[in-house]
Amino acid sequence: MTNSKITVLQNGRIIDPVSGVDTIGDIWIEDELIITPGETLPETCQLFDVQGKWIVPGLIDMHVHLREPGEEYKETIDSGTRAAAAGGFTAIASMPNTTPVNDCASVTEFIQKTASNKGFTRVYPVGAISKGSQGLELAEYGEMKASGAVAVTDDGLPVADSQLMRRAMEYAGSHDLLLISHPEEIALSQNGAMNEGVISTRLGLRGIPSAAESVMVYREIALAELTGQQVHIAHVSTAASMNLIRDAKARGVKVSAEATPHHFTLTEEAIGDYNTNAKMNPPLRTEKDRQAIRKGLEDGTLDVIATDHAPHSVLEKELEFDQAANGIIGLETSLPLSLGLVRDGLIDIMRMVELMSSAPARILKVAGGTLAVGSVADVTVVDPDKEFIFTKEIIRSRGKNSPFLDWKLQGKAVLTIMGGQITHSEI
Amino acid sequence: MKETYRFQHKHILGIEQLSVADILHILDTAISFKEISNRSIKKVPTLKGKTIINFFFEPSTRTRLSFEIAAKRMSADTFGITAATSSAKKGETLIDTACNLQAMNPDLIIIRHGSSGAPGLLTRHIDASIINAGDGTHQHPSQALLDMMTIREHKGSIDGLKIALIGDIAHSRVAHSNILGFTKMGADVKVAGPATFMIPHLDLLGARVCSTVEEAIADADVVMALRIQKERQNDPLIPSLREYARFYGINRSRLKHAKPDALIMHPGPINRGVEMDPDVADGKGSVILEQVTNGVAVRMALLYLVLGQEGGRAE
Repeated sequence: MTNSKITVLQNGRIIDPVSGVDTIGDIWIEDELIITPGETLPETCQLFDVQGKWIVPGLIDMHVHLREPGEEYKETIDSGTRAAAAGGFTAIASMPNTTPVNDCASVTEFIQKTASNKGFTRVYPVGAISKGSQGLELAEYGEMKASGAVAVTDDGLPVADSQLMRRAMEYAGSHDLLLISHPEEIALSQNGAMNEGVISTRLGLRGIPSAAESVMVYREIALAELTGQQVHIAHVSTAASMNLIRDAKARGVKVSAEATPHHFTLTEEAIGDYNTNAKMNPPLRTEKDRQAIRKGLEDGTLDVIATDHAPHSVLEKELEFDQAANGIIGLETSLPLSLGLVRDGLIDIMRMVELMSSAPARILKVAGGTLAVGSVADVTVVDPDKEFIFTKEIIRSRGKNSPFLDWKLQGKAVLTIMGGQITHSEI
Repeated sequence: MKETYRFQHKHILGIEQLSVADILHILDTAISFKEISNRSIKKVPTLKGKTIINFFFEPSTRTRLSFEIAAKRMSADTFGITAATSSAKKGETLIDTACNLQAMNPDLIIIRHGSSGAPGLLTRHIDASIINAGDGTHQHPSQALLDMMTIREHKGSIDGLKIALIGDIAHSRVAHSNILGFTKMGADVKVAGPATFMIPHLDLLGARVCSTVEEAIADADVVMALRIQKERQNDPLIPSLREYARFYGINRSRLKHAKPDALIMHPGPINRGVEMDPDVADGKGSVILEQVTNGVAVRMALLYLVLGQEGGRAE
């Protein structure tokens, strides 16, 4: 035969939302591509018996903060992609709020190059909407795209100026870049530390009202209608936003949306006695909001599960609650928490894989998201029954800031393959 | 039952943690200490050899001095740190500063801090007892206790009283502690002020929100005005102090709605002519200065109880 390297995953449950396949069988990988399985096993191959496990397209997280360049003490492209691979991800999109901000080709190129040298996953840089994320002038989308950017966003520093947002949507469309909005009216949310409601009153913390999000979700929908462009709404956290997105989709607006595992798993109650590992933006909301997010995952209003992985060190988290930084890590808990939706009977496995792989690939227009013959060999093997305690010691990310610390979780990626290369194995 | 009661709290972080029995015990203890402040030699040896640190990150005159006097009248050694003199100015974190204080082995730290929850954060890192002297917009338990002591002295009991709190409820830790404390002791608490001074779900703390001041103080036994914090005016809460005084200030004509013997209270410092007219603050029913006097007695009681000196009264 040839000198090429063949990997065979045998007797797994193959789940591919793109072709609708859900069957027991084998996946063959030659070099970096998925190939048609042969009649008999090749003489030399890397063979994995994955009976009882699921073979799914490699998971894709379209909302990750890798912190490099600039805040390598929190996370690096190396540590972040290791964590991602351990969580079953083969590709992630990295948010632009680094130092310097990813607002020009040279930063995009740095991220792209570092990731292709050191990365354990594909890394798709997301550029800034405006120069320096200052909200004043458009960044150079064409140049960033040429250097590998797949989208632009204002994540972390929301665009207040509606005219700038309109122009950003139009101009992103011209360069075929996805526009991702972090919907937050900062005049309403300013200095808020948690959801505004019963618990913020009791804890004496400044609240972020639900309307701080939905006001901007509606603005983005209105601008998408005005411009005819697509907009992707990041980390939806409220029932009101869900209703707006559902209505907009029904009348044909080109809007897609994501939700995080923490927003469909936890409520503001998780803050307990000022636990800063339950502080993030948008904040954890009420049970009603959590149920609305779950409903959206079920009925298709939400397209994607993304983590908003936001590593911080103790320097930002072991502080007074109102002084602590927003954000939690998510790459290593996303899969078991999403499997929780399947175990709860809310969605089926096919839909979960769609939310975590096929849909983000389609929305970002990147490789992967399918197990079809000829596709890139980005493949994850999931043991849906494997239980583990999520302790600080097992976390690969440099950030240990998770509200799920010491939770017993069920479901684990046991083999992650990116472009035919094994990036994580515990099989 | 009375014989078996023991005060069990190492820290005083808020009113929520205290039972009715705890509150009554603190108030009874405070009454027994009050007389000490009227002696010519205002000192008892009860806390001799105890080290108490006053750790104030926010400006405070009354509360800080009150705790300091309380500690000195009990013969404790007291030391004060303010934000200006602490290493917070040099970039040290709260936890590091606290651990350094702990290394000097104090028995008790009294903390005032701008962040809600900061005193509780300290309890997880150091061994000394902690008393919250006001944290953010969360709680100010010693203020609520001295208010309850003052009301109890005049009305005998708090149970069944109608108490009105008027003003900036949203940003007031005094209001939060008082609503929790008064309702726990059986009072009917109503609050009023412009909607910009209310916060969601006040009813869950136990207070009823009224649309007018007149409605809140109707038939009230106690009327308490809260301070308008001028420093919060970067948030557009009210158009002017003048308009606030006209529609929400406590004046003689509004007070006609309250009981004739209603107590007039204010946690201080007062903006005279804004939240309360001078003739109300200084007039019939006003117990504003008694609140300050009782503050020392309540804080003596808290120091005594928290430092575990159970079993005896002041001699």
